[in-house]
Amino acid sequence: MDNNWEPKILAFLCNWCSYAGADLAGTSRIQYPPNIRVIRVPCSGRINPLFILKALQSGIDGVLVSGCHPGDCHYISGNYIGRRKSATLKRFLEYLGIEEGRVQFSWVSAAEGGKFSQVVDEVIQDIKKLGPLKRLVKEQF
Amino acid sequence: MIQQKIREKAKELLSKKTVDLIIGFSEWTLPLRTTPIFIRTPEGAESLTWNSFCENNLATYIHKFSRFKIGIVVKGCDARSITALALEKRFKPGQLFLIGVPCQRMVDRRKVKRAVKGEILQAREEGDLIHVKGDGFEVSLKREDFLYSSCEACTHRTPINTDVLLGDPVEESPLAESHAEAKAFEKMSPEERWRFFEKETSRCIRCYACREVCPMCYCTECFVDSSRPKWMEKSLDPSDLQFYHIVRAYHQTGRCTGCGACERACPMDIRLTYLTQKLNRDVRELYGFETGVDAEIPPPLSTFDPEDQQEFIK
Repeated sequence: MDNNWEPKILAFLCNWCSYAGADLAGTSRIQYPPNIRVIRVPCSGRINPLFILKALQSGIDGVLVSGCHPGDCHYISGNYIGRRKSATLKRFLEYLGIEEGRVQFSWVSAAEGGKFSQVVDEVIQDIKKLGPLKRLVKEQF
Repeated sequence: MIQQKIREKAKELLSKKTVDLIIGFSEWTLPLRTTPIFIRTPEGAESLTWNSFCENNLATYIHKFSRFKIGIVVKGCDARSITALALEKRFKPGQLFLIGVPCQRMVDRRKVKRAVKGEILQAREEGDLIHVKGDGFEVSLKREDFLYSSCEACTHRTPINTDVLLGDPVEESPLAESHAEAKAFEKMSPEERWRFFEKETSRCIRCYACREVCPMCYCTECFVDSSRPKWMEKSLDPSDLQFYHIVRAYHQTGRCTGCGACERACPMDIRLTYLTQKLNRDVRELYGFETGVDAEIPPPLSTFDPEDQQEFIK
């Protein structure tokens, strides 16, 4: 493996908690590695499993999905619905043979800037251990 | 004879105009196969048939007749698909009349073909035996040795929520013994599983037969056909084939009854039921849900429980 390889990680953050949490990490000047690309979504329940698969197919090495803590959803139950989708998708991908840890999930509230940077650190460490994604990736578009 | 009972019931329903249309099975030109048939007149009921080759899931066809009152011949799996479709409001209440037939489990024509040399020209079922005749050979095979793997795994052979049940309910295999295929795959290493998945999907020619034959695949525009957003290319790139099969299977989460129609329809013999079986296994384990058994419990992915397990979330 190329020693200079850095993972590309896509983070789907919910507008109301995790995105604000990431914002807080920024305004609080908390440092974390620049490997993540953030996509803001209205709610963690908005995330279509196709988003995650499409990201992996397009050359993203890892995906992080983050939303409000249970009970805190702006739309009351979006994160609960998202949680069921996440649980089944995660198990299914691992069953197919995509390594555990490629797709990760977290709850980060708007007040948890520190936790956000910590989660990002952990995800990046995990993906670095796994190396570049070789499965499902499309070589030529 | 069950076949006679089906014909009589169909005739009665059509002549009393309880239904406009009967969907059932009929003999056709190919041996070891039947064809779905759509009957509108009482006389037509004579062509209905029932044997070990009635493999299609007839629930697929109800989407095409939204203005008709339909009488439909259902096995255990068809009936569960219809219950699952009822939960998704795919037909009007009272639109369907289910003629339930306890399923004796269907015979895998591919297994039979592999067991004989040469082309099969005639096949006839008699009790527990299938008499197969072809160019220069004539053999009798034991029905039980040639069942579909999905039928062997079936735990709901007697159709449920039917309007009429023809024949006696059969004894079901215990739930604990189901999902054997998925359990075996779970024991393999991720590398082995991925290699297997890669190998299987690489044969795919993207005919979409697995999608067309599935009663739960009724989206007006499938994600593979959509161009805005364009989820995937229409190529035979291995990655696209894998993508298609992952999403096709995953979309069945909590909706698949494990009828195995997708695998039977596949012209390239791709193993597909091991994917959906895993999803069924997961929703049963995580949410205690069994597809198509109860018409009151909503599908697992459209609902939630605040206490759902979440130790995988940071």
